[in-house]
Amino acid sequence: MPDMQQIINFIITIGIPVVVLLSFILANAMYLQLMERKVLAHMQSRLGPMRTGWHGLLQPVADAVKFMFKEDIIPAKADKWVFSLAPLIFLVMAFGAFVAIPFGPDTVIFGRTVHLWVSNLNIGVLYIVALAGIGTYGVIMAGWASNNKYSLMGGFRSAAQMISYEIPMAFAIVTVALMAGSLNLTEIVQAQSQKWFIIVFPVGPVAFFLYLIAGVAETNRAPFDLPEAESELVAGYFTEYSGIRFGIFYMAEYMNMMIVSLLASIMFLGGWMPVQIFPKLLGGIPPISWINTALAAIPPTLWLLAKLYFFIFFYMWIRATLPRYRYDQLMTIAWKILLPISLGTLLVAAFMKQAGWM
Amino acid sequence: MINQLIFAYFAAVIVVSAVLVITRKNPVHSVMFMLLLFFHIAGVFVLLNAEFLAAVQLIVYAGAILILFLFVVILLSVERESQAARANRFWPWLAGFGLIIAGEIALLVLRGSFPGEGKMAVQVAGAGVRDLGVVLYSKFLVPFEISSVILLVGLIGAVMLAKKKTNE
Amino acid sequence: MVTSLQAFIGQLLPLYPELVIITIALTVLLLDFFVDRQNKAMLGWYSLIGIVIAASMTIKLSGLAGSFFGGTFLLDPFAAYFKLAFYTACGLGILISMKYLDIEDIHRGEYYALMLFATSGMMLMASAGDLISLYLGLELMALSIYVLAGFMRSDSRSNEAGIKYLLLGAFSSGIMLYGMSLLYGLSGTTNLNGILVFLRGADLANPVLFLSMVMLIVSFGFKVAAVPFHMWVPDVYEGAPTSVTAFMSAGPKVAGFAVLLRIFAHTLLPLQEHSTVILAGIAMITMAVGNIMAIAQTNIKRMLAYSSIAHAGYALVGLAAGGREGAASVMLYVLIYAVMNMGAFGVVIMLRNAGVRGEEITDFSGLGKTNKAAAFLMLIFLFSLTGIPPMAGFIGKFYIFKSAVQAGMVWLAVVGVLFSAISAYFYLRVIMVMYMHEPKEEFNLVQSPALALALAIAVTAVIVIGVYPSGVLEFARASIIGIL
Repeated sequence: MPDMQQIINFIITIGIPVVVLLSFILANAMYLQLMERKVLAHMQSRLGPMRTGWHGLLQPVADAVKFMFKEDIIPAKADKWVFSLAPLIFLVMAFGAFVAIPFGPDTVIFGRTVHLWVSNLNIGVLYIVALAGIGTYGVIMAGWASNNKYSLMGGFRSAAQMISYEIPMAFAIVTVALMAGSLNLTEIVQAQSQKWFIIVFPVGPVAFFLYLIAGVAETNRAPFDLPEAESELVAGYFTEYSGIRFGIFYMAEYMNMMIVSLLASIMFLGGWMPVQIFPKLLGGIPPISWINTALAAIPPTLWLLAKLYFFIFFYMWIRATLPRYRYDQLMTIAWKILLPISLGTLLVAAFMKQAGWM
Repeated sequence: MINQLIFAYFAAVIVVSAVLVITRKNPVHSVMFMLLLFFHIAGVFVLLNAEFLAAVQLIVYAGAILILFLFVVILLSVERESQAARANRFWPWLAGFGLIIAGEIALLVLRGSFPGEGKMAVQVAGAGVRDLGVVLYSKFLVPFEISSVILLVGLIGAVMLAKKKTNE
Repeated sequence: MVTSLQAFIGQLLPLYPELVIITIALTVLLLDFFVDRQNKAMLGWYSLIGIVIAASMTIKLSGLAGSFFGGTFLLDPFAAYFKLAFYTACGLGILISMKYLDIEDIHRGEYYALMLFATSGMMLMASAGDLISLYLGLELMALSIYVLAGFMRSDSRSNEAGIKYLLLGAFSSGIMLYGMSLLYGLSGTTNLNGILVFLRGADLANPVLFLSMVMLIVSFGFKVAAVPFHMWVPDVYEGAPTSVTAFMSAGPKVAGFAVLLRIFAHTLLPLQEHSTVILAGIAMITMAVGNIMAIAQTNIKRMLAYSSIAHAGYALVGLAAGGREGAASVMLYVLIYAVMNMGAFGVVIMLRNAGVRGEEITDFSGLGKTNKAAAFLMLIFLFSLTGIPPMAGFIGKFYIFKSAVQAGMVWLAVVGVLFSAISAYFYLRVIMVMYMHEPKEEFNLVQSPALALALAIAVTAVIVIGVYPSGVLEFARASIIGIL
């Protein structure tokens, strides 16, 4: 019989982090939609949602209610099981990845040392890559099960695209793992306490660039949003989805964006490390040292979130800016440009590590 | 005890889904059960403290190989595949024969003992990706490098057999 | 960093022959881009140079015996002997292929690369000191040969051969891995020496041990085409390009016996009591099925396929006999078998000309009148396969059966001799067709210097070993030291 203390411990170590994480993800998944609509609108000199709440602030709530109460249609000729399973796989894989993300160093809250992660996996990065790979199934299953040619085309495009871009992405991640000497995300952040990996010349910026492009493609976002290219494929793999299942796809897309952005921040921008202005070169000169001290005083988790939202904004920015690629160009970019560069980067990084230049 | 229960669960699901893979009429469903199978194999690896292998199992098998399977299978006509015979008319005999052999193997294993239990070819603490790497590049360097040649041969073979005939 | 690199390269010394073969294979793939379609044979000659270099390295390294890379790689006279056999098989295979590939219009650089990759896999099998490197060497060999078997992409028989071989090969690999993992579970090590040490102190009545041994026998039975695991052989041998059939009837089979010897005459020696009975039984039915089924064949490739099954049976007799003499006789036998079988296939290849398949036994009718040299070579190889003195085949069988008698298995030797006598029927029938029948049509035998060279080497080897066997036999006996 477990005593009260154990139960309380269990709640505190597992229960609270999971609940906090879940609410964080859900709130983000809802409000990032609003953010996207607002950002796009303002970039196009529009206002975006304005009616529900102050500047459309209640719009996500209204959307959520609408998703839930709309009729959930399953096409008659669809494969019912696969059709229902697909969005769940997509969602679970997106949720699962958050488990391994550290949101900050150990912090003391109410006199207790709290880890800001749910699970500190030794193979954190690999775990996230694995789940991202499984997420592809959700897309291709949805495309196939809908029994609709547009959906199928979307599913195919997406699967091919995700498999292709996973490779340069994985190589960029391996480069980071090589630089940090670990696959553990916390250790990767700690390895950047002196120097963020993005400024480790020459491999850091290249790996970052590779990761960023592959990340956009992995999440099927513009300019790589061919799987759901509305002008050709209606809505791609989720054309036939409606109601809550459609909502799940919609939310999972934002969750995937968050995962990619969080990983980018953790692997290249020092995670929760604060921004410092030339700490070695100018760190001792008064106005700059004051600013540095002030920046360092901001809580680490806020830094991570700031980097996260920076990347998400960046995503929306390129969506508003760049036109969509053609499909063969998409494949050419992955296999003929990114893949050789990523292999070269890995080799150079290994050489630098071995020679002690890093 | 709890470990054995979890293992029993994984093993049972692995066997059941393996059977479902070969008996489903719809090839896409077969692939789905295969995915389930891979997940549970990864689970067994986690149970053995081989987290790295679990992740690699998912990345390589589920994330890459099976996706390509699915890619091809989806192109098949489900109706035609569903009507095609899964096995010839001797299958009950063959299945019975297989069951007898499986029973014999089970019997022999149950009666036997495993004195080497707990001994490992490689002693690695925890998930030990680093130790795994060191072992792969020192003691098992030769097998490790052979496997890269094997992959190359697979690549050459696939390209050789599948590429379009050109007049050159 | 530079010094550590030099030290590392120094450590690779035992691997040099394998590295040379793999490097040559890789450069063949690269050079393939720059060689015209008409001149692809150059790549074959280039590969042969690589084989000669590797052979000289193997001979040079024979002084450096021991185990390397934590026991996963062994250098001993045993491995060196088999490596020389593989070089012979691969060299002959390349020589007889060059013209044939042109005729079949499948002359591509990948062919030679895959032959070399397969050879390197066999070499690693012979040198493996660990179950893992053994298995990977085997897969490297097998995978290359699956592709080679299906090399004629537009020929449905070749496709069938490739896919059948792949499926059954994968199946047998699964059984092998099961057996190996049981062995690992029992002993806690994958090292062959470690397993031997474990078995010396283990409870040999453990049924799991027996199970793993049976699984290893079954899976290697697949690889060397022993009955009842031989079903794939006729179809694959018939469908594959003839030059590949020649190579695959020699190389992988010899490699399979290298591994069988390494495992059953060394690692699992404490289990000899059990293994001998099973191996003797398999040897008997293999000889029976191979020889009897061969009688009914009308296609020469199928006939040689069954004949190769039968020859695996003879070699298994030596394995079952065990001991130094048994092992030495197997080693001698597989080498002789490889040479004479490739020679016979070389003559079959000569018959394949544009428009003529030359695969039916009736295609040979009258060859003795139209082309005396080719018919005479075929006569020698078939005599040797039958085991008629003074050809090498006789010597091989003689020592096999002698070792069986010495090991107290007189019945097995008697059965073997009986089935050899039966085999005379179908071998001599081809000779009869060649010399007694009238030619059906005008022959245009394919002739090329490479093919002539290969046949010359094979026929010389067959006769020299037949007349003067003690040289090779002593070499085989001396090579056994490494494992027994």
